[in-house]
Amino acid sequence: MIVWVDALIEGILLGGLYALFAAGLSLIFGIMRLVNLAHGDLIVLAAFVILTVAAWLGLDPFAATLAALPMMFVAGFALQYLLLDRTLGRDLLPPLLVTFGLSIIIENGLLEIFSADSRRLHAGAIETASILISRDISIGVAPLIVLGSAVAVILGLNLVFYRTALGRAFRATSDDLEIAQLMGIDHPRIFSVAMGLAFVVVTIAALYLGMRANFDPTIGPGRLLYAFEAVIVGGLGSFWGTLAGGVIIGVAQTVGAQINPEWQILAGHVAFLVVLVLRPRGLFPRAID
Amino acid sequence: MADLTPTATVPASFRIERKTGASAAVAIAVWLIVAALAALPVFAGRDLVEELIFVFYMLALAQCWNLLAGYAGLVSVGQQAFVGLGGYLLFALTIMAGLDPLVAIVLAGAIAAVFAVPTALILFRLRGAYFAIGSWVVAEVYRLVLAQFKQLGGGTGTSLGPDITNAVFAIDWIKSLLDVRTPAARDIVSYWVAGALAVGTIWLIRLILRSRLGLALGAIRDSEDAAESVGVDNLRVKLAVYIVIAAATGMIGALIYLQKARISPDAAFSVLDWTAYIIVIVVIGGIGTIEGPILGTIVFYLMQRYLASFGAWYLILLGALAIAVMLFAPKGLWGYLSERYGLVLFPIRRRLASENHA
Repeated sequence: MIVWVDALIEGILLGGLYALFAAGLSLIFGIMRLVNLAHGDLIVLAAFVILTVAAWLGLDPFAATLAALPMMFVAGFALQYLLLDRTLGRDLLPPLLVTFGLSIIIENGLLEIFSADSRRLHAGAIETASILISRDISIGVAPLIVLGSAVAVILGLNLVFYRTALGRAFRATSDDLEIAQLMGIDHPRIFSVAMGLAFVVVTIAALYLGMRANFDPTIGPGRLLYAFEAVIVGGLGSFWGTLAGGVIIGVAQTVGAQINPEWQILAGHVAFLVVLVLRPRGLFPRAID
Repeated sequence: MADLTPTATVPASFRIERKTGASAAVAIAVWLIVAALAALPVFAGRDLVEELIFVFYMLALAQCWNLLAGYAGLVSVGQQAFVGLGGYLLFALTIMAGLDPLVAIVLAGAIAAVFAVPTALILFRLRGAYFAIGSWVVAEVYRLVLAQFKQLGGGTGTSLGPDITNAVFAIDWIKSLLDVRTPAARDIVSYWVAGALAVGTIWLIRLILRSRLGLALGAIRDSEDAAESVGVDNLRVKLAVYIVIAAATGMIGALIYLQKARISPDAAFSVLDWTAYIIVIVVIGGIGTIEGPILGTIVFYLMQRYLASFGAWYLILLGALAIAVMLFAPKGLWGYLSERYGLVLFPIRRRLASENHA
């Protein structure tokens, strides 16, 4: 019994990480329906940026992340404004191919600069600290911080989305781009700000990706799938849905791993497909696709 | 499905034709090229034969994806599911069932088509972006499930022994006919099978596009709602295309892994090798045409041949090329050429010709 409770708790905590992977994707997919196949590689790229900043300035990973955030916002804004905005339209193929190309460029660029060696962001004692819940169950402090950060990020995104003028523009373009344009919304700028925000979230996700386990330039596509699964399971345009989606994928993975260690990732994918068969639009869709 | 053949409403003095001035000459040229390629192993070296096997299977895969995405609107990022499945079926049918590899290739196609049905039942509930991501996840499920089969090497994979690769039908005949050693004869068999698959796929797709199914596909490509409103059963048409393409892709996958003689889950279900490159080929050449993927495969082969030694930089260049083509020439090379010079090599379109002018 206790192993299942343990698996459940671990799954929920892992879900926090997946929700962080997914939150940035949820934002841009929800607002502009952009299928960003480079999202996973962007998370890995951000982890390398943090690593580099930490090494140059001699900072710990948290401070290095803070320093990286503005840079990444600008990078996201520029990427959307200069490149991705030109791919948007009724046709799915242009964004798909361009972000596929981007994914190949990022992965191989990182391989060229940083080699295929595994890296890690070292945060000191916090990595191994844990809280004893009962005699048999203890919860790691670091995973708790991850889940807490996921909740904070989603609260923040909801705040922006529902309480600000910018968020109103986000919601308007999400619901109907043409009408939003008629109302005078400058969509390239709005989309670019959204991508900048997504990059900020990506950078936060990258911090925890790098602290939790080793990473190397090739692990992007796997993270991309977990992120997309969380977004789709949660439903288009709902940030809390994305958190729920991340937790569902996380719990499915840890419970699957408890049954057979080789089934961890498979169980996550199967859970995703089951939800899609039952609810093709996800569990809590806000926007209409 | 309503009768889509427009002949019924055309007055007698008009007729429907597909031929263009160049296409008849092209048809002869195409068959001459096919004949020349078929005879090529007689005088070509082994390196060239092996490179052309690669060209043929990439071309066949590109044509398959082109029919799915360019005509049926099924933008799949998961065709590696059927490449890998075909490869693994080849290994299972030869190692475990003791079949001749050539028989196994055909059977792998049939079994892949069977697997395509439940896969489609899940995926066809999804649209657009959801379909694309869903198809990738399904391919991952195939990979992870096949990695569980210890008899087929589990997660690390396995090899085909020479007892199987050398047992291919007709190998002895080729050895005595062309006076070559066993490995070269093996390559020549693969070469002919790969060539037959490439030509067969193009022929099949041309046949589909010129049939009623092709008219329905054209209607779906132009507007799904309009197609539905004139009586096209979109779901049935897409399902038919998906299953046929799964069978073709499964056979190509089986051939690829007969040639490689070594399989592992990561390689067989690689999204980069069997989907990303294929999409790049189709888009560079020109999506939604038969000529485009042919041109794209030639460009891809030349880049691979002369630039692959640059490793990561080659891939970066390929990614940049994909982005540039999508931004500046979304119809691809063939789209540009055919618009500029009015070229049509494989006529699909029906044109109205009047007796007076003909």
